[in-house]
Amino acid sequence: MASRLLWASRAASYLRISVFNRGFASVVKDLKYADSHEWVKVEGTSATVGITDHAQDHLGDVVYVELPEVGASVSQGDSFGAVESVKASSDIYSPVSGKVVEVNEELNTSPGLVNASPYENGWIMKVEIGNTSEVNNLMDSDKYSKFCEEEDAKH
Amino acid sequence: MSAPQSRNIGPPLMNLVRFKGFPILQQLHLEEQLLRTSSENWCIVNDGTDDPTIVMGISGGAAELLDIKSVLRDGIPVIRRFTGGGTVIVDSGTVFVTLICNKEAVTGLQPYPRPIMFWSGLFYAKVFHGIGDFHLRENDYVFGTRKFGGNAQSITKNRWIHHTSFLWDYDVRNMAYLKHPKRAPEYRLARDHLEFVCRMKEYMPRAVFIDKTVEVLETDFSVRSIEPNGLASLLNTEFCPSTRLLTRQELEAVAFASQVESSLSLETTS
Repeated sequence: MASRLLWASRAASYLRISVFNRGFASVVKDLKYADSHEWVKVEGTSATVGITDHAQDHLGDVVYVELPEVGASVSQGDSFGAVESVKASSDIYSPVSGKVVEVNEELNTSPGLVNASPYENGWIMKVEIGNTSEVNNLMDSDKYSKFCEEEDAKH
Repeated sequence: MSAPQSRNIGPPLMNLVRFKGFPILQQLHLEEQLLRTSSENWCIVNDGTDDPTIVMGISGGAAELLDIKSVLRDGIPVIRRFTGGGTVIVDSGTVFVTLICNKEAVTGLQPYPRPIMFWSGLFYAKVFHGIGDFHLRENDYVFGTRKFGGNAQSITKNRWIHHTSFLWDYDVRNMAYLKHPKRAPEYRLARDHLEFVCRMKEYMPRAVFIDKTVEVLETDFSVRSIEPNGLASLLNTEFCPSTRLLTRQELEAVAFASQVESSLSLETTS
């Protein structure tokens, strides 16, 4: 713990700014969450996917979203695209398996929607899912909130 | 790729590979492969690349970033790499340093873009201790207000890469291939390339920089040198990198589209 605190304080004083996230992040009750910080809203066999408030807050200002192609197959836990922020491309992972039926083209011109509205206007793709029971592998909002707290506490 | 790491016993293991004049496209392919298929920590140092080459980030658009006419006229290769960040023209005067790490490699470091960038600033503050007025400024390495190091990163579920192009020296003529980017840091203050960047060679000898970087690496990691020709046996030949050279046809299409766009805007304004 001592070395972590030392690292954080040295970083902050060196940069003379706060480098840390705001320390809380919103979750939405009826969504399911992956440990790689994507959410999914399942309606029948249709699943809408995006990244969580916790993810967007930690990533910083998103300047580009690499969308998958409509018709592409995605698998639960596999990367399907990337978001760019702070000179970094960060992989994003599909919480469900299936076929991409729609992508949020708005993000091509307004990638910042991922920051401004992660659970609504910042959605990334819609997937036709084959196996709905896969969703049981994901966390509910309470479990995900605890998971985020624990993850932040480690650092 | 599966050599055991000595976890919990001393500092983490870091494999160090040093190149001289390694072509940048091959370097980026190697880095992408090490990020995605290895489970070890790597530091790649490449002392210059061969011919002048433009390297854009994952979201780089040639029309917006390049003087496409002169790039095509002079046959300058253009690469789109797998990491984020901006555009750079590299040549024998550029020194590249890359760190590819597991998430646990640096104690307390949260594997997100800002913390990794800040940690890198602390790392290089040790390298440049007592030399110039080094700062990490809006994600660039600067002496005072002049940039000499450009950073780019990529983060996967379990690993991250942070790589830097250090402008040891540059050819003024090559800067004309790059347009003033729309997404420029605030501290640039609309300065053109030549007023914005500086040459590292005015601050320290090239070999001293590389030696000092390795020395600082040794304070955080247990460093093991690997010969470049020993890498082939560790790499999977099936790996398909996303970093690629843009074709001449692609660049010509961009040039054509820009021409059409500018004639249309001339028509509307006339």
